[in-house]
Amino acid sequence: MNGYGGQILRVDLTTGKITKEPTPTDVVRDFIGGRGFGAYFLFKEVPQGADPLGSANKLIISSGPFSGLMIPGAGKCDFTTKSPLTGGYASASMGGHFTAEMKYAGLDSILLEGISPKPVYLFIDDDKVELRDAADLWGKGTIVVEKHFKEKLGEEFQVAVIGPGGENRVPYACINHDYGRQAGRGGVGTMMGVKKVKAIVIHGTKSIPVADLAAYRKAGMAIYKACKDAEGLKEWTRYGTTVVTSWCDEVGALPTRNFSAGSFEGGKGIYGQTMREKIVITDKGCFGCPSPCGKYSRSKKYNINVEGPEYETIGLMGANLGIDDIEAVAQANLLCDDLGIDTISTGNAIGWAMECYEKGILTKKDTDGLELKFGNIEATFELIEKIARREGLGALLAKGVKRASQKVGKGSEKFAIHVKGMEQSAYATHNATAMLLAYMTCDVGAHHNRSWAITYDLQVGRDKVVPEKVARVIWLQNFRPMFDVLGGCRLQWVELGIDRNLYEPALEAITGVHRTWEDLEKVGERIWNLTRMYWARENDGFGRQWDMPSPRFYEEPPMTGATKGQITRFEDVNTLLDMYYEQRGWTSDGMPAPATLAQLGLTELVA
Amino acid sequence: MRLYVDSAKCSGCNACRVACSLNLFGENNPKKAAIVIEPHFPAPGVYEVKVCTQCGDCAAVCPTEAIKQNEKGAYYVDFAECNLCEACVPECPEGVMFVRAELANAAWKCDLCGDCVAVCGTSALWIAEKEPVAA
Repeated sequence: MNGYGGQILRVDLTTGKITKEPTPTDVVRDFIGGRGFGAYFLFKEVPQGADPLGSANKLIISSGPFSGLMIPGAGKCDFTTKSPLTGGYASASMGGHFTAEMKYAGLDSILLEGISPKPVYLFIDDDKVELRDAADLWGKGTIVVEKHFKEKLGEEFQVAVIGPGGENRVPYACINHDYGRQAGRGGVGTMMGVKKVKAIVIHGTKSIPVADLAAYRKAGMAIYKACKDAEGLKEWTRYGTTVVTSWCDEVGALPTRNFSAGSFEGGKGIYGQTMREKIVITDKGCFGCPSPCGKYSRSKKYNINVEGPEYETIGLMGANLGIDDIEAVAQANLLCDDLGIDTISTGNAIGWAMECYEKGILTKKDTDGLELKFGNIEATFELIEKIARREGLGALLAKGVKRASQKVGKGSEKFAIHVKGMEQSAYATHNATAMLLAYMTCDVGAHHNRSWAITYDLQVGRDKVVPEKVARVIWLQNFRPMFDVLGGCRLQWVELGIDRNLYEPALEAITGVHRTWEDLEKVGERIWNLTRMYWARENDGFGRQWDMPSPRFYEEPPMTGATKGQITRFEDVNTLLDMYYEQRGWTSDGMPAPATLAQLGLTELVA
Repeated sequence: MRLYVDSAKCSGCNACRVACSLNLFGENNPKKAAIVIEPHFPAPGVYEVKVCTQCGDCAAVCPTEAIKQNEKGAYYVDFAECNLCEACVPECPEGVMFVRAELANAAWKCDLCGDCVAVCGTSALWIAEKEPVAA
């Protein structure tokens, strides 16, 4: 099949049975690839009510039609599962070189099913697929394990690996790859730990077929040229995602001390400019990327090398913990990477614990003697270890802020910053109503990348609550995730501002199927509605209440910084949801109406 | 003319290698590219890139004279005349002369098409006149 590897690999870890089947053409037609495949297989194959930590749950790893081809940023890999953190849909996107290698091995998706009786790793070398013993690797950090495989098998092999966090079933464990790329959110790494799969190593030497070679080369080259000609290329490549740190601080969007404010008095110490000057040594790109945002860094203070930190990590492990030293953030980042836990959720969990401590809700008796005040770097490092190993206070924080705050109570639920049980990523949303709505309605919980709407808030008036704002959030939610469906990266469009129409001829030349962006957005909408139905199917009483943000954003205006005294009104939160549901074709309780499902061709699938 | 590289600017993205395989074979397959990128991670954390300098040592030893010069003066492999003897491989001072019989039925090398330069976003690659060899 043009643009595809052509096969789906199923690995039944319980029995050790390995099978391949042709990639189904109707799923290609309706869901295209990547995140679309993940959503389809999850809904269709994981039985209703499956325990996320049980053998019926699956981990679905998918590439898209762009993966491995001459298309800028064609290195994004989707990991989908029933989330052990939220009990709903989880989909995490990982950059690097793994997904390209899947395609070269002829694979569009890998489905990990069942639970292995003992630690294993999955070995794939073209058509040779084996489960191999991983007893010696269990318990080890991700860096040393990746290095082990690279030395043993060669640099052409790509490695996805979990650390002790995943092994210990921390529900926000991540999957690591290429010494610093992650599928971070929602506990996809936990699923590898549950299944006792320490790593997947993959190598392929096959060529990926395309429909019209000449047209594809021309279209691919045109996108590269647009990226290289883009005015913003130099600055974006110099700073990567950290370019927004200073901007967020200035506009009050930088999460500070557990999201109690949006500006940080120590911000300069963690700005992208500071980081570039102090620690960055190499620009590190994902597969096929002309505008590499990956910054590889060396901290002399801690004697470490680490990829990053990215903006999200700087926000949550820096300002959110009151830490103003970029080298300390880098060390925290490396600890999380090596132990295999998500920096965003971890930063939230520690921030919540620090606030509990400062308010007297947690005392030294609860913190294993740690003086858990904001800004305590050593305590942060120690807590990261404890979370990954589920020891002491770490065992509580390893539940995620929703469950931890429910257990501790005493009002701490009010400053557990999450939606649907997923900790909020690094944008403070006291007065940014589009971004707040984006978090409230995001398909996995409080994550930013489906609809990064905060710049739009500033453009049109941040406290405005108007239908156009809601329409913008919905459009972004339908459109942006399509890059994860295609196996590409959105950042060339977002950050370099290249014309998205350049992708249409490329996709047609690759797959032989003509699709406009309008067609693609329809697929995005189909996936969005399917995953909404998944949440409802798996959670009794699912509805409007699940879309509510942390009360912090409508009850507690920041005392300092750019958003001092500013807050979203509670009635506006509800107005946003009313408008959103109406525009989505959903009921007032946030459920897709039958007509909406029918119009998206989902009636049969969700029946 | 020849291809030059500044390894310090390489981000390891491999776009050049896909473009290269498309030019040489009309295939999407960086395993069939004529550029080598060696990642050195986690330490020292740099990429090392090897490219053809068009020195011609491969052509000099080819028993079937399959390695010829094109209109740009670049040495290329005439696939029809290569017998996979591998005599050229150890002669290459940069390690960018390739024979992998399981992947292709001829040797391959850089023919200076320039597509790698066209896709490189960090300007790590460029084509320029050969520098005179020091005496």
